[in-house]
Amino acid sequence: MIATRDAYGKTLVELGRQDPRIAVLDADLSGSTKTALFRNEFPERFFNAGIAEANMVGMAAGLAAGGMIPFASTFAVFASGRAFEQIRQSLAYPRLNAKIVATHGGITVGEDGGSHQSVEDLAIMRALPNMTVLCPADGPETAAAVRAIAAYDGPVYMRLGRAKVPVVMPEDVAFTIGRANLLRPGTDLTFMTTGLMTAQALEAARILEEEGVSARVLHLGSIKPLDVDAVLRAARETGAVVTAEEHSVIGGLGGAVCEVLAEGHPVPVERVGLRDVFGQSGTADELLRHYGLTPAHLVEAAERILKRK
Amino acid sequence: MVNDLDVRELEDAARRLRVEVLKMLNMAKSGHTGGSLSAIDVLTALYFHKMRHDPSNPAWPERDRFVLSKGHAAPALYACLAKAGYFPTEDLKTLRRLGSHLQGHPDMRKTPGVEVCTGSLGQGLSQSVGLALAARVAGRRSRTYCLLGDGEVQEGQVWEAAMAAAHYGLDNLCALLDWNGLQIDGEVDNVMKVAPLAPKFLGFGWQVLEVDGHDMQAICRALDESEQTGGRPTMIIARTVKGKGVPFFEHKASYHGVPPSDDELGRALEHLGHS
Repeated sequence: MIATRDAYGKTLVELGRQDPRIAVLDADLSGSTKTALFRNEFPERFFNAGIAEANMVGMAAGLAAGGMIPFASTFAVFASGRAFEQIRQSLAYPRLNAKIVATHGGITVGEDGGSHQSVEDLAIMRALPNMTVLCPADGPETAAAVRAIAAYDGPVYMRLGRAKVPVVMPEDVAFTIGRANLLRPGTDLTFMTTGLMTAQALEAARILEEEGVSARVLHLGSIKPLDVDAVLRAARETGAVVTAEEHSVIGGLGGAVCEVLAEGHPVPVERVGLRDVFGQSGTADELLRHYGLTPAHLVEAAERILKRK
Repeated sequence: MVNDLDVRELEDAARRLRVEVLKMLNMAKSGHTGGSLSAIDVLTALYFHKMRHDPSNPAWPERDRFVLSKGHAAPALYACLAKAGYFPTEDLKTLRRLGSHLQGHPDMRKTPGVEVCTGSLGQGLSQSVGLALAARVAGRRSRTYCLLGDGEVQEGQVWEAAMAAAHYGLDNLCALLDWNGLQIDGEVDNVMKVAPLAPKFLGFGWQVLEVDGHDMQAICRALDESEQTGGRPTMIIARTVKGKGVPFFEHKASYHGVPPSDDELGRALEHLGHS
């Protein structure tokens, strides 16, 4: 178990040693986002904006225009909400080479409550032209994704989590922007998942196997661009899709998959996620249960969809 | 230091640039006249007196950077860039047309010489802070200049950036404020008072210089002075007149976002000694 934000902080330091153009910004949350690890080693390339997310993003734009590769971090709710228009105008519109790495995405933020749990950030960021939107599943994939976006020339929004999550990828997993990762073969239905819901889906697939149901698990760490070929192939080959994300069912992964399937190969879809509601205080596990994001809920969704096939 | 001849040449350049601004706005049939004319003297001093830049090599790493945070004054910027040689003056006729590299607001991906994208007010000073930090990290002696509108400083982000510039001791950053006193809905004092401005920026830790924004010699002196600040960013508050140079446009908020008609253009050019 490792939190994706921990993998992020460590990988930033590694990148900082390799490339003097890497700069990091934060908005008074460097202990939580783990950018403090970079600050400790490269104080001259670390810029705390204070509690001023809009200015942080503007500074990132200027650093990028000045030839640096800035990574700007804060909680997902502030990055995608408070600083949205700065991300739109100062980063995405000019297609600048800056990365927004937003930690504390989704409801597993836990006790801080609904004000701090972003359930809409993927939808917001996905709607922006030029923007790449990523949501890795675990520590190893986060490390690979951070390296991949540092090497990619353009704006990126990457969502990470607060909670420790199971490791489901090999340590040396590769990450390619726009590429899905087939984690488990299956023929009866496909779980299309992102973030920590991928681990939940792998567990659900094991339970289903005992019931004689063969569930495929297709991890979509790259929500935009989406691996359209892999999504369509899975729909053709399994005939039913359950999407799962720690996010509203509106506009995020479920929305993206439905757009592709509606146009390319319509099959029954169940979207697992928050049903157009905000979160609340509680432990991460309690909240996952309360909002229907456990392996048991995915099994139920699979059983429902098999009846619709 | 500027000698009198330089100042006279700059004044003459600013007069010609006003002509270009009015002609391109008249052809485009939309755009921001008042704020382009109030800013043109300051822009002229920057592009033809102060900044180190090379129009034949817009990507020269050591160049000084200019950010037009009040992006709606794009016509004034475009006139300067064309005169400097970044692109042919002929291109100014395509302002705001489909497919033109001269967008309604400045676009770094389309126009040679434009450093960032601006136009959504309040964001340029933050970008300038980033540019100044990048120059510092890379050990470049490039300076960053940023022109703000007075209505624009109603945006809270400007003050976030003002805090950051002072916090990081950015003496390679010089902002200028085009204080023409008018915004779209009327007088800045009535819409949302921003005065007094000098004490605000002083309180934020900036060096503040106040000049008549249409006195070329004073502008140039202030720009020179901005290079000796001892670890502080500089704010040059330029008192200006909206629509400056064309008497029937001056002091009128109604010409904020209105281009000159054919008749107004004729009379304006006559007034500017250009027929």
